[in-house]
Amino acid sequence: MTAPKQSARADVRALATPLLSLASEPYYHATGEEVAVFEAAAGRCLPVMLKGPTGCGKTRFVEHMAWRLKRPLVTVACHDDLTTSDLVGRYLIVGDETVWMDGPLTAAVRAGAICYLDEIVEARKDTSVVIHPLTDSRRALPVEKRGEYLVAPPDFMLVISYNPGYQSVLKEMKPSTRQRFVALDFDYPEAETEARIVAHEGGVDADTARLLVKLGSLTRKLKGAGLDEGAGTRLLVHAAQLIAAGMAPLTACTAAIARPLADEADTRDALDDLIRAVF
Amino acid sequence: MPERKLFAHELEKRLDELLLLALRQRSAAQPAALLEALPRQIQERVLHWAGVAAQTSDDLGWLLASLAAAQAAGLGVRLDDWARAGLDAYDRGGLAAARTALTGFAATDCAPAAHSVAFAAVEGRLSRFLQALDGRPLKLAAGEAAWTDTETLWLPQRLDLAGDAAGNRSLYKAMAALLWAQTRYGSFALDPEPELELWPDRERGLGWFALFEAMRLEACIALELPGLAMEITGLRGPWPAGLKEAAARLAQPDATVADSLACMAAQRLAGAGATPAFSHVTGMDPVAARRLRAARIRRETATLRRALNVLRALDAKAGGRTGNPDYPLLAADGEVQLADPQADLVVLPPDARAAAKSLLQDLGEIPPEALHAAGPGAWQPVAGAEADEAAAAGTTRPDAFYDEWDYRRAAWRRDWCHLYEVEAPAGDHEWVDEVRRRHAHLIRSIRRRFEALRGEDKPQRRQLDGEEIDLDAQVDARADRKSGAEPSPRLFIHRRRVERSLAVMFMVDMSGSTKGWVNDAERESLVLLCEAIEALGDSYAIYGFSGWTRTHCDIYRIKHFADRYDAATRRRIAGIEARDYTRMGVAVRHLSGLLARQNTRHKLLVTLSDGRPDDYGDEYRGRYGIEDTRRALLEAREKGIRSYCVTIDRHGADYLPQLYGPAHYSVIDDAKKLPQKIAEIYRRLTA
Ligand SMILES: Nc1ncnc2c1ncn2[C@@H]1O[C@H](COP(=O)(O)OP(=O)(O)OP(=O)(O)O)[C@@H](O)[C@H]1O
Ligand SMILES: [Mg+2]
Repeated sequence: MTAPKQSARADVRALATPLLSLASEPYYHATGEEVAVFEAAAGRCLPVMLKGPTGCGKTRFVEHMAWRLKRPLVTVACHDDLTTSDLVGRYLIVGDETVWMDGPLTAAVRAGAICYLDEIVEARKDTSVVIHPLTDSRRALPVEKRGEYLVAPPDFMLVISYNPGYQSVLKEMKPSTRQRFVALDFDYPEAETEARIVAHEGGVDADTARLLVKLGSLTRKLKGAGLDEGAGTRLLVHAAQLIAAGMAPLTACTAAIARPLADEADTRDALDDLIRAVF
Repeated sequence: MPERKLFAHELEKRLDELLLLALRQRSAAQPAALLEALPRQIQERVLHWAGVAAQTSDDLGWLLASLAAAQAAGLGVRLDDWARAGLDAYDRGGLAAARTALTGFAATDCAPAAHSVAFAAVEGRLSRFLQALDGRPLKLAAGEAAWTDTETLWLPQRLDLAGDAAGNRSLYKAMAALLWAQTRYGSFALDPEPELELWPDRERGLGWFALFEAMRLEACIALELPGLAMEITGLRGPWPAGLKEAAARLAQPDATVADSLACMAAQRLAGAGATPAFSHVTGMDPVAARRLRAARIRRETATLRRALNVLRALDAKAGGRTGNPDYPLLAADGEVQLADPQADLVVLPPDARAAAKSLLQDLGEIPPEALHAAGPGAWQPVAGAEADEAAAAGTTRPDAFYDEWDYRRAAWRRDWCHLYEVEAPAGDHEWVDEVRRRHAHLIRSIRRRFEALRGEDKPQRRQLDGEEIDLDAQVDARADRKSGAEPSPRLFIHRRRVERSLAVMFMVDMSGSTKGWVNDAERESLVLLCEAIEALGDSYAIYGFSGWTRTHCDIYRIKHFADRYDAATRRRIAGIEARDYTRMGVAVRHLSGLLARQNTRHKLLVTLSDGRPDDYGDEYRGRYGIEDTRRALLEAREKGIRSYCVTIDRHGADYLPQLYGPAHYSVIDDAKKLPQKIAEIYRRLTA
């Protein structure tokens, strides 16, 4: 019976939280003083909150900062079923024994990593139980099931993100949580900057990038008038990548920008008109 | 339907019946004689529209019938459009407007065209398109011709100038874009009157002005939206050879409306003939546009000054003799320095920022007088100009306007219903206490049953992964292993919260017919419902509706989603009383709009009512009201809202399947049973 046990061990190892250490610099174009603020916060062991619409570079920024600070990065995409044990860890049974498995948060604390909780408001309310002691002067993570009380090393840093755009009364973040963080506001970059990002990430020439950015800024004016949110930089990069792959700009923009944004007929037609107006 | 034509005496009789002419001592002999010559199908259409119009007003019916008799032959398949235009005009301006519209319509064009495109078909798409473009927000409306007063863009009711539907759609877009460009690139920045006065024929002068502006604006568009400019170029074909030079001059990036006026003068001196016709070139009314522009500039200058005054006062309070660095707009002497208007506007409140942007668009700069603070005594913090005007006029403006669906015309009546939303008056709190006492037993059992439904943590056994160890599974696994079998890896208990994620809107009929038992039953039911839903934790709101004609559609706020079920809410429930009529469509539209904003996965609109839609006067009674309500419910459905109706209707409710679909309503034959049944209905609905 050794063989199955061996493979079970291997399975469990595969479940362990990957600590991402970035070897090369993730491309990030700063749009304000966010790099300096983040570095200062990291130096003072303060947690950071990133606010902003979807696809405006929050994740990329954290990756960039992890590389800059030479710390490993653990990213957790929060969802409405995410529980405290998903973050902290749990016992697994391997063959005959029980094996403790650190959750991503615990793993990050032990390793002195940056732990990035993406879209924190999606997580279940009880996660604040572990976030609160980690984000005040205690900087501690109680691992109840193991009776362990981990004090975070100085290199550990908690970063959370959320999008104020689709906040509802049901998903308000409590002030007691909000006020623990240094907050950075992200928005779509200035046109020139955004064009440079799109050109770099999408592999298109400067003129095409400028047109894509123009299109993006037009769609953003439709927020609340047919769209929940205009096209983020991410969508523009996607369109650029399709163009770089040899696709006609009209086709690329329809597929990468118009269709992901809207289902409703009038809005879709208006987006098509906008694409044709720009290209 | 029999094929043969109706003879004059038959037509006369039908018209008589429809329009009750005998009573009014009018004779239908003449229109009947005219109609006799027409094919049966057209005769029937005319009779149909005469009847529709007569339901709104007898005079309108007569007007429509007599004009239709004279014009039906020429109108052909456009008869329906013609009649709708007349009814629409009547709604807006009465009989005189209807007459103008009906006679003017025939004067335009009567050519039937299968490839023509109606304004209504492109309106949604175009309004979003325009919204995305830079500049001040613009309204879009249908009118006689294409023109703009710089705040509204009017486009023709229908276009059939191009050979196919796509071409006509494209033409609509080109016109809209040019009109947008007129407001965006300063077509009305200069007064063209001095030049126009030199033209013997003012209309011709205006035509040339519009043409030269179209040339200039197309070039402006090309810089911003090259694809759009190319489409316009393709649509119009080449400019006339004689105008190439002017076109080149106007295409310079620094060309302004002054250059267009100069081109006009040159054309005049060279002896201008008729304006070359281009279908995308719109009309222009510089007088109307400049009047509106001047009023706007005055208004926005005032808004901006007011905002700057507030900032300055705040600044002074903050003790900043030298000026607060947070407000770079303000210098110590109260004058404002706008080195970079675009960037500095950020410190202004949104309305002032919009005003400043709009001024920049109109004038190219912020006028110096807008930047002078109005002196220390003149600080008026809020006071919106509009609010003052409304107060002065002594009338309250409706909170919202809603379109209504007229099935007879198969068309919308725009902004037809005037909606007022008010907080419901409080009633007697003792009444609620009494209801709760009387139904104490029922409430307890409802609560117990509903608590069981609540989104509790439900343990799921034998999971691959979970918060707890599943001991049963453990024992099995150990046994399996002992016996040499492969043990199952499903050894955990996972607790999953079953989220209901549901928002419910209760729409309560407060029409006069509910007086008495029905009203009591509604109120008691609401108390029981609240008790039940509180146990469930769903998010819910309660609004009452009633009204008196389309200009007084009232919505009473009893409990908003954010309100708690507290003493104040209970008193408002007690205060629900029978009032006026049941204009249902507008209530559905308003309340489903509120509901749609709730961020829950499921949305439910529950109507408590005692019968069919009805309003003062005959119009909303019967099929009209049912069709409009049906339409409103369909729109709600498109927003992801499911509707359910609980009706106390003693006369049977044959119309309900039509409104809600066969499975989405309950009919309670006895009002007294409603409180007992309502909680169960809700439980079934949301389980
Ligand atoms: N400032 C920036 N520098 C470099 N790349 C950027 C920048 N902003 C956006 N991008 C590009 O946009 C893409 C999307 O950004 P990212 O994934 O960081 O968005 P996000 O803000 O995390 O969005 P979400 O809220 O949806 O998670 C990136 O992959 C990158 O290509
Ligand atoms: Mg992200």
